[in-house]
Amino acid sequence: MKFLAVLVLTILLGYLVYVFNDLLPWWTVALTSLLAAVAVPIRPGWAALAGFTGVVLLWGTLAFVINQANAGIMAGRMAEVLPMGGNKLALLVVTSLVGGLVGGLGALSGAYLRRKPA
Amino acid sequence: MRIVPFLLSAVATTALVVALNSSIGSIPPLGKLLSPSHGLWQNAEPADASFDLNLRTTQLQQQVEVFVDERLVPHIFAQNDQDAYFVQGYLHAKFRLWQMQFQAMAAAGRLCEILGEKVGDNSVLERHDRRMRRMGMLLAAENSLKAMNEVPEDKAAMEAYAAGVNHYIDQLSPADYPIEYKLLNYEPEAWTPLHSALFLKYMSYDLASDFDDFEMTNLRQHLGNESFEKVFPIQPDSLDPIAPKGTAYQVATPLPVAPANLDSLYAADAPALAYQPDKPDPDNGSNNWIVGGSRSASGRPILCNDPHLGLNLPSLWFEVQIHTPEYNVYGVSFPGAPSVVIGFNDSIAWGVTNAMRDVMDFYEVRFRDSSMNEYLYNGEWRKTAWRTETIRIRGKADFIDKVPVTEWGPVMYNDDYHGAIEGWQKGKAYAIRWKAHDNSLELGPFKALNRAKNYDDYLAAIRQYKCPGQNFIFASKTDTIAWWQQAQFPAKWRRQGDFVMPGWDSSFRWQGWIDNADNVHMKNPARGFISSANQLPADTTYPFYLGGIHDVYRGVIINRMLAGMQGVTPQDMQRMQTDNYNVFGEMAVPLLLKNTQDAALTADAKALLNEIQAWNYQADTASKGQTIFTEWWHQLADTVWADNLLRPDKLPVAWPQDHTLFEALRRDSAFSFVDNVTTTEIETLPMMVTAALNKTAEKLKTVTDLRWAKVKDTRVKHLLNGLPGFSRLHLNIGGGAKIINATKEAHGPSWRVIVHLTDKTEAYGVYPGGQHGNPGSRFYDMFVDKWAAGQYYSLWIMTAADKGSDKVKWRMTFSKA
Repeated sequence: MKFLAVLVLTILLGYLVYVFNDLLPWWTVALTSLLAAVAVPIRPGWAALAGFTGVVLLWGTLAFVINQANAGIMAGRMAEVLPMGGNKLALLVVTSLVGGLVGGLGALSGAYLRRKPA
Repeated sequence: MRIVPFLLSAVATTALVVALNSSIGSIPPLGKLLSPSHGLWQNAEPADASFDLNLRTTQLQQQVEVFVDERLVPHIFAQNDQDAYFVQGYLHAKFRLWQMQFQAMAAAGRLCEILGEKVGDNSVLERHDRRMRRMGMLLAAENSLKAMNEVPEDKAAMEAYAAGVNHYIDQLSPADYPIEYKLLNYEPEAWTPLHSALFLKYMSYDLASDFDDFEMTNLRQHLGNESFEKVFPIQPDSLDPIAPKGTAYQVATPLPVAPANLDSLYAADAPALAYQPDKPDPDNGSNNWIVGGSRSASGRPILCNDPHLGLNLPSLWFEVQIHTPEYNVYGVSFPGAPSVVIGFNDSIAWGVTNAMRDVMDFYEVRFRDSSMNEYLYNGEWRKTAWRTETIRIRGKADFIDKVPVTEWGPVMYNDDYHGAIEGWQKGKAYAIRWKAHDNSLELGPFKALNRAKNYDDYLAAIRQYKCPGQNFIFASKTDTIAWWQQAQFPAKWRRQGDFVMPGWDSSFRWQGWIDNADNVHMKNPARGFISSANQLPADTTYPFYLGGIHDVYRGVIINRMLAGMQGVTPQDMQRMQTDNYNVFGEMAVPLLLKNTQDAALTADAKALLNEIQAWNYQADTASKGQTIFTEWWHQLADTVWADNLLRPDKLPVAWPQDHTLFEALRRDSAFSFVDNVTTTEIETLPMMVTAALNKTAEKLKTVTDLRWAKVKDTRVKHLLNGLPGFSRLHLNIGGGAKIINATKEAHGPSWRVIVHLTDKTEAYGVYPGGQHGNPGSRFYDMFVDKWAAGQYYSLWIMTAADKGSDKVKWRMTFSKA
């Protein structure tokens, strides 16, 4: 349950960064993940996993939805620039994973921040 | 709180974020770039995106309405010029912000600010920024701006335009920046009239710079004057000048006098410069022509234009219609400057091709000593002026370039700047005299053309125009057709400026300007058409030396075709503008075939010979004859010239034009350059031609598909060195150099337009790009395939009555706050 709570909170708070992108820099997603793990008491390992999964899902879904609306034009081009041989799926996966890493580490820090020494 | 693990993970998180937020080498900041909230996904425009807009600003005098059609062409309805230019600036920024800022920075020699000192092994500082600064690009733009600021309407136009650009920039958050800013990790800067002046000045660099003086000097010194004249004759036999041969010239301009000591006193040492190979494409040229009412089906003129430039994405051009109570103009504009550059209005149409005249000359400067504070001029020591160029470099300290400025202009090359190749002689210095440095009003002529109603207005408009020299063609609905080769051209003596000149002798200066009225021109010629295709404007009866490198064959084929046409329609003009007939092939192939010794051909070469014998001289996509001819001619030219022209000291030399070799061989098969001077044997033309075909067969053996479009492999490159995903590669398109459809590998017709001046103007156009500069938009490369296929869009010239038309897809309203 706690895992799910942190996961959902990570996604919800992380979504705020997307909505308020004119005010918040992209990396505040690390802070929102941290906050999610501070808000709910959880073991650091589970926090990291929840933060990682949450941002993977959030960024993956956002990118997927944007990509659908865009008919894949940008992803196709950027997957050649970056370079990924034009593979749009690879770009989506890398996008999610990069977000996941930031979210996971943020949540881990949050868990340690809250947690009393054993 | 568990302090130690917290600190460790916090540090790790911070380090990760910092790493993902920074450019590392050429790797962009990946977190920022990939983030759906701020990165590339924000630039992925929904395919059904709306471009409706409601904007209120205090910077407008009255309301402006913009109607956007399905190709994303804005039709601007404004009540006055300033408002129109404000909105044009806003729209240029909205659709082309990165491009316009990048090109202005490139023109200013500021690329180090965003790219750093080097990209890979290429020094951006040495090869680009210092070069632009020392050439005087910034100086030139500053001078132009000063001149434009003295004309109140020009100043107001530039400022309104800049305000429009800045209004767009000011409401952007970093998530909205064009993708290239995110890739290179920098930010847009505020736009100023200087940026516009720089952009306009870049056109002078692209179209009116001539760095051949050094290579020509090297070649003439190597060959001697007599042989040099054979290799670089002043007038080709096949020339069909813009003003037909036989035109009489009576000029009021005083004729220039060549220095008495021209040949005896001064023969410049061969200059050794490493930077010479960096030059604008020599084929930066264009076609334009007008068919008068006497030859058209409708009895009204048809004007056609296709400027040939580097093929880039985003495109140099942005289509726009501007409607005010005073005028109604449609055409293409430069993202970076107000007004329409090539277009038409309700009364007239105009078009441009490049004049290709030489208005950039180099003078050797003798400094008194290594301090460079004084230089020799007419037997006296003159004080050097100095210009400090500060080049900001990303991640490094500024580079300060102190450039000596002489009577002639800035010293472009000296010990501080010459490139490291063998042979540079210490202490040498070369100053540049370039027309683009002089004050010039680069905006006024276009603004005036936008509202011109008749021939007199046209003439008054272009008379203000000073650089880069253009062939302005004109047609009106009242069936006046005309052409002027217009700029402020120096009156030159024969060969003046072909070679480096002595900077200590004022008799080598440009002695004066050709009066505007003495510029070559035509009005309503009896033959009923006018055309220009970068050929010499006049034959040698024109009393001023023209200089520059000029095409021959496009002019020949265009005039031949037009002379044979009656009852012309816009559809005929579309076919002609995309015509792939290779008239050079038609002339040269028989000469090659006549001189081929079948018995000495390899089996592969024989197969090529069979193929080319069946060639119809069309450079179509599937033509193999075009491929073989191109390579065969290239091999022949190489073997004929190389032994004679290349210098033992390897200093760069100018390379003759194809028509020179062809015409020399046609006149005299025993042309002295044919024999290879490095062998004891006497080579004949048949031996050379046959050997060249054998070599061609050898070379083409590795090419699996000989079809011309495959071999040529045309592409439209993104401005950032052709980023693969942002470029359009492997386009299936014919044509090439010397052909009306002048599409080469990465260079060609950048805007094809046909204007039929009927009561309700009928116009067609297409350019190899799209209105939106964002690679994440479906409009980014929307026109490329249509362009490659040789098709056109019918241009919608909107009227006030069309505001409710279903051709209007989106509406923008700019209101006065």
